[in-house]
This record gives sequence, structure tokens and C-alpha cells, in this order.
Amino acid sequence: MANKILAILEQREGTIKRSSFEVVNAAANLAQKLGTSAEAVVVGDTISNINDIPKYGIQKITHLKSKDLFNYSSSGYSEAISNFAKESGFNFFMLSNTALGKDLAPHLSVKLDTACLVDCTKFEVKDNDIVYTRPLYAGKALVDVKLLSDKKVITLRPNVFKAEENENAPTAEIDVKEISSVNLKSKVTEYKKSEGKLDVAEADIIVSGGRGIKGPENFHLIEELAEALGAAVGASRAVVDAGWRPHSEQVGQTGKTVSPSLYVACGISGAIQHLAGMSSSKYIVAINKDKDAPIFNVADYGITGDLFEILPALTNEIKKVK
Amino acid sequence: MKIVVCVSHVPDTATRIKIGSDVKTIDPNGVTYIINPYDEYAVEEALKLKERSGSGEVVAVSVGTDNSKETIRKALAMGVDSAVLLKDENHRDSLGIAKALAEEIKAQGAKLVFMGKQSVDYDNSIVGQLTAELLDYNCVPVVVKLEIEGEKVIAEREIEGGREVVETSLPVVITCQKGLNEPRYASLKGIMAAKKKTIEEKPAASFTPTSEVLKMYLPPGKQPGRIIGSDASAVPELVRLLKEEAKVI
Repeated sequence: MANKILAILEQREGTIKRSSFEVVNAAANLAQKLGTSAEAVVVGDTISNINDIPKYGIQKITHLKSKDLFNYSSSGYSEAISNFAKESGFNFFMLSNTALGKDLAPHLSVKLDTACLVDCTKFEVKDNDIVYTRPLYAGKALVDVKLLSDKKVITLRPNVFKAEENENAPTAEIDVKEISSVNLKSKVTEYKKSEGKLDVAEADIIVSGGRGIKGPENFHLIEELAEALGAAVGASRAVVDAGWRPHSEQVGQTGKTVSPSLYVACGISGAIQHLAGMSSSKYIVAINKDKDAPIFNVADYGITGDLFEILPALTNEIKKVK
Repeated sequence: MKIVVCVSHVPDTATRIKIGSDVKTIDPNGVTYIINPYDEYAVEEALKLKERSGSGEVVAVSVGTDNSKETIRKALAMGVDSAVLLKDENHRDSLGIAKALAEEIKAQGAKLVFMGKQSVDYDNSIVGQLTAELLDYNCVPVVVKLEIEGEKVIAEREIEGGREVVETSLPVVITCQKGLNEPRYASLKGIMAAKKKTIEEKPAASFTPTSEVLKMYLPPGKQPGRIIGSDASAVPELVRLLKEEAKVI
């Protein structure tokens, strides 16, 4: 069966997220390889940057619109999208593997009777079939998978696929469909933002602290370096379990798996479950007293020394060059 | 009220993964298996709710082989009342697991289901939603705070940069994130009692696989990098490398 691809985009507070443009780009590239077409759908109320979509490769866009869909609702979104997909005959769905995409994908998968593959980091067209690669065991292993159904839902890991812009793109063809009755069996009533903090899952630079920081009262050294770099603050499991930092900052197998451009590990020895969560970072810096610490096996640059001396110096130096 | 809590038997997170000779699964030799860490929050939340209401029953359900009994015993030792093992010798994809769970949850007549937000082996994090859709239940995933009043459910779930407050109602599947509660340790009395509890065994519901593993392999190893120095005097060189060589700042 010929694939008809639908990129499902995510907006938060009326703005389409960057990770969704990665999906647009990937869907357009896949459509080209398969000799088929790709369209995009976005669910929400007013969307400020909907006209940016064609720059990433898809011109035909459907906006499923209702003020009741301003916030996410698993029931409302999955019903509106699956109804639209059935009417329009789409059979290949792509989303970003964000909190929203990860939730929406399996709901759609059952409603549309598809195979479902999440957290894909690579796909290749081989003999008119597609082979998908995804990490397992928090990245300690990879697996190549084939999907056995004609209908598929896949989610792409954010920050892995590129969102390449083409400034000479055609203008958007936007079809606005008002959704008159929204299924709000489950609905988001409030979004509680963490105060002014970048999230490790979305940050391009992360500065993480471990046991070597010796106590929560010293974490300001990590925070100051993070601020100088415009980075998110991360933490090892040991310091989260000790109650020094919130779980939302934990990087590793029982925390978040991250792949930023730069990961600075301070006073982190590099337990295997921590390495699993961050070793796919593009560049890794390790600062640790123990020169035998396993973190140095994955670090691009290391300083073996006292972080209480090195961190303030590094923060100052970064401020100078930035 | 009857509560079902789904538990999964997984390799310890400290495991160094080796690929098996079939090149499709891991080599289980020398691997320690544990209850999926996120499932412990699920068990704790189910037990807490039962204790608060003063009545009800908590049933653990697992899909797997005889080996999963070790994990089921752990849940029983924590205080779960009874358990069902849905047996399948073969690996199942997420939908296969969800179909087996959904059939059993329906048979149990449970309107409240807890499980971990993901298992730390396949990291799919979709079994909760699939199970809920198959049963036409609501689902709130990655929950760090939960209130249930009668039929009404208010849950806070972790998303990028904060939390979403989700309002829904029973029947519901809740997938649990670290931070929801502090899982209890099994008491000696609990461990002894768990040995006497029976684990009901039945074949897992049949399903048609929707995916096929072609190959499992280790990620390309990273070459250890450079040690630039052993004190703060190395800092300017580090910043230069980050700026000029890595071009990340």
C-alpha cells in the first residue's frame, strides 16, 4: 500500500515547537524517497508560526481548530486527529518523541489500528521497506526494527533529526477545520512551569553535578556555570536520591536520556546507568578529582582536579568569552 | 475497589549489556533481574490507596515467563493481595503486552490500574496508553502527584519544563514516575506471607506481532578524549577547545 504521510505537529501556547519542524523535515525527506506525499496537521487554537511550516518542506497543512484544544487533551487530540486521518486516508504518522508525542502516538495507534514505534533515531529506506533504529536500555544497546503493518505511527527523538530551513519555500496552503465538539474526557487544566529553568530534556548545553559537589549548599557552583553557558542544570542519581536536587533534573537510566551539544559532568564518577543517559552527547567535558573515574572514558575533554577550584575559574572564563 | 498493578521483570540498571547469540536479544548470562524500578511506585500508590480507603484488593499482573515470579513475589511481599502471571515464552512488543494486560484487567473488573511509566529494558513508555485505549479507559502517563475523589481523578504529570495538571475520571490507567511516592521496603512478615500466596498462571492472550527485531547491537564506542590538566590553570585551554575545536560555545 502506498504511504500517505502525515506529520503531526505540537504547539504549546500557540507556538509550534522546534522539534516539530524536525518532524516536518524528516517526513518531507521520507516522502521524497518513497515517491509519495507528506502533509502536516496541527491541533490548537490560534497558532502564531503556522506559516513557517513550508520552510521545512511541507506545504499542505490542516489546522484542527478549537479553543478547547489550546491545551493538550489526550482524548480530544487523538479523536480529532484520528477522525481527520480516516477521512483523508493517511496511513503513516510521524510525531516528535516529546511528552505530548509519546502520549499521543499510542492513543492514535489503537484508534487507527497501526504499528507503533517510539523514540526512533534513524530510518532507512531499503528495498521499498523501512528499517527503523532506536535505542534500548537507555542507550546501552540499539535495535533495528521492521514494522509489519501497512499503517504506522512513529515518533522521532528530538535533537537527532535536522530542521533544515529553505527560505525560498512556497507559501503555506492552510485548511482550517473547526472542531465543533471536543472530547474532553481527559483534559489539561493547568501548566505549572518550573520557575525560569531550562529543562535537561530540551537543552542544548547541560551542566550536571554529582556526589563530588559534596552537598546541596554547593550546587550554586553548578548553577552559576550553567547560567554563564545558558545551560540547563542536571544531576546524577546519587544526588537526586540524597534529596539534594529534584528528580526532574536526573540524567541517566532512571532519569532522562539526553543528547545535547555539550555535557559538562562535574563531580560525577560515571556509573553505568548515568553513562547510558548521556554518552550520546556531542561533546562531553568531565571535571573530577579521581583520574580513574569511568566518566573520563567517554569525555572528550577532562580536567582531573578539585571542582571547587575549577568551577569558579571556568564560570569566569566563560563569562569573558561569551 | 479492586486495583490492578502491572509489574515487569527487567535487568538491573547497573547491568552491562551484552548481545545474545541470536543478535536479537541481550545475553541473559550474569544479568541480575529486578522489579522494574518505576513499577515500585505503582505498587506503592496502589497499596496507599487501598490502605486509605480501608478496603479493597490489589492484584499484581505480569506478562512473562516463570522468571517473572521473582518480581511478582516482590510485589506480594510489599503487600499486594494476589497475583496473576500471563505466560508467554516469547518476546512481545508493546501492543502484545497491552493486549494481554487489557484482557486480564477486564476479567478482573478493575477500574483503576497502575504501572511504571516505562520499563527500563525496552524503554517504550506506551503500554499504559495502549492498554487504556484497548479498554476504552482514560490514561494519565508519567504521574508525580495523584488525587482520586470518588470517580474524579486529578493527576500532575511531568512534561518538558514543568508539570501538567490533568483532570479525568475512572476508569483510568495511571503510569507512575519517580517522585510520586516513596516505595516501602518489604517487611520480614511481608516476605514470609508472600511465600504462601499463590500466583495464578494462565496463557497470555494471543496477538499478532506488529514489529520484528532484525538486529540488536551495541552503540559505537567512544574514544576516550584528552586530559587537559589537573587544576584551574587548565581552564583557559578547555574554553579555547570548546570554542575553537568543538565549536559548542
